[in-house]
Amino acid sequence: MTPARPSTLIAELSYQCPLHCPYCSNPLDIGGGKYRSELETDHWIRTFSQARALGVLQLALTGGEPMLRRDLVELCAGARDAGLYSSLITAGTLFTRERAEALKSAGLDHVQISIQSPNAEENDRIAGNKSFEKKLAAARLVKELGFPLTINCVLHRQNLDRIEEVLDLALDLGAQRLELANTQYYGWAVANQEALMPSRDQLRRGEEAVQRFRERVGPKVDVLWVLPDYYEELPKPCMGGWGRTAMVVAPNGDVWPCQAAATLPGLEFANVREHPLEWIWSESDAFARFRGTDWMQEPCRTCPIGHQEVDFGGCRCQALRLTGDAAATDPVCRFSAHHDRIVSARESAQTDEFVYRTMKRPVRT
Amino acid sequence: MTRPRLVTGARLRYDEVREEHQLLVPEGVVRLNATAAEVLELCDGERSLDEIVGALSARYDGSDLRDDVHGLVAGLSQKGLVVDDAG
Repeated sequence: MTPARPSTLIAELSYQCPLHCPYCSNPLDIGGGKYRSELETDHWIRTFSQARALGVLQLALTGGEPMLRRDLVELCAGARDAGLYSSLITAGTLFTRERAEALKSAGLDHVQISIQSPNAEENDRIAGNKSFEKKLAAARLVKELGFPLTINCVLHRQNLDRIEEVLDLALDLGAQRLELANTQYYGWAVANQEALMPSRDQLRRGEEAVQRFRERVGPKVDVLWVLPDYYEELPKPCMGGWGRTAMVVAPNGDVWPCQAAATLPGLEFANVREHPLEWIWSESDAFARFRGTDWMQEPCRTCPIGHQEVDFGGCRCQALRLTGDAAATDPVCRFSAHHDRIVSARESAQTDEFVYRTMKRPVRT
Repeated sequence: MTRPRLVTGARLRYDEVREEHQLLVPEGVVRLNATAAEVLELCDGERSLDEIVGALSARYDGSDLRDDVHGLVAGLSQKGLVVDDAG
């Protein structure tokens, strides 16, 4: 069977980053030797054109902080020449006028800037870096140069009560899109789950604020609001289904079906230095392992509500972490025998202390 | 909606790989049929909606395309993908 064409390539250009966000989706072992040998410019550019030939439409240039790649302008030109729609996913602290103008000329299509909170002091505390004013300046520059602007704010118990301020800030900055991304518990967020897990009340108030904003402002600002997994009764189709819509390329060239796939034991990841992307997508072990529905166990195998191709069994990394078996049903699902572990985690928030993302020391979870 | 144009950052193209017309937008895509693509090509912020209808009707032997054009533009405008350049 030939798999469907992927639509998105997530290019993690470098794990270097001036920020230390405690919910970063990067692996916990970013400080180890594995990712130090970053791909060369021509590896990336070749990967972009292979991605386009495979059907990819959207390219996310992310990290870490992608602005730390000295060849970013060249990479954007390569993405344009390949025919990809490119988005720069940045913290904004290094987005100087000179580089921004060069990126615009090189054909970068869209810029997404993260904020950690709409309050300067809180932003800087969560980011572990004095960055708020630089982010605002970057967002204004994005608009001035005629890029579409997305503001992204990862939400959790320590900033959710400021959601009205987040919405107003996005409107003031002229953002076309606002991604309100409730924290997903993989990568660094696992180490910080107790400091990040919101209460049901916070989420309810957040959702109501989003609803009021949408009614007031209309389609001028497209607000994405996704309820975190832990408050759902049915899982989400993680990455749109394993090996179905997206591929992630790590800084060293390893290709993953999702940002956290390297935490799954026993998967072999192919590298763009050694294999064409088309082979990695269609033939490699990691992409084939949980693609489609054949790998499913009960209760997915005979899903009582016929959702096999709706949610594709949910998140493999979450299944592994909470059940010990990566091929189990995501315990977010109310039909999972382990659903109680999700329910009890909802009540676990109890600290404001963060374990900050760093490349300097090993972290245990 | 008087002088529609594509929202900032939207890119209209024919994709040779997937063999379809597309409107690429930040982190998304709208797949278009050939007629919809023709309408959007005319949404340049200069032409009025009536002029767009007129131009297309002329191409298609005077067929009345008013409802189709208005429906398409209204739908995309609700999604924020087409905006008004009149004001």
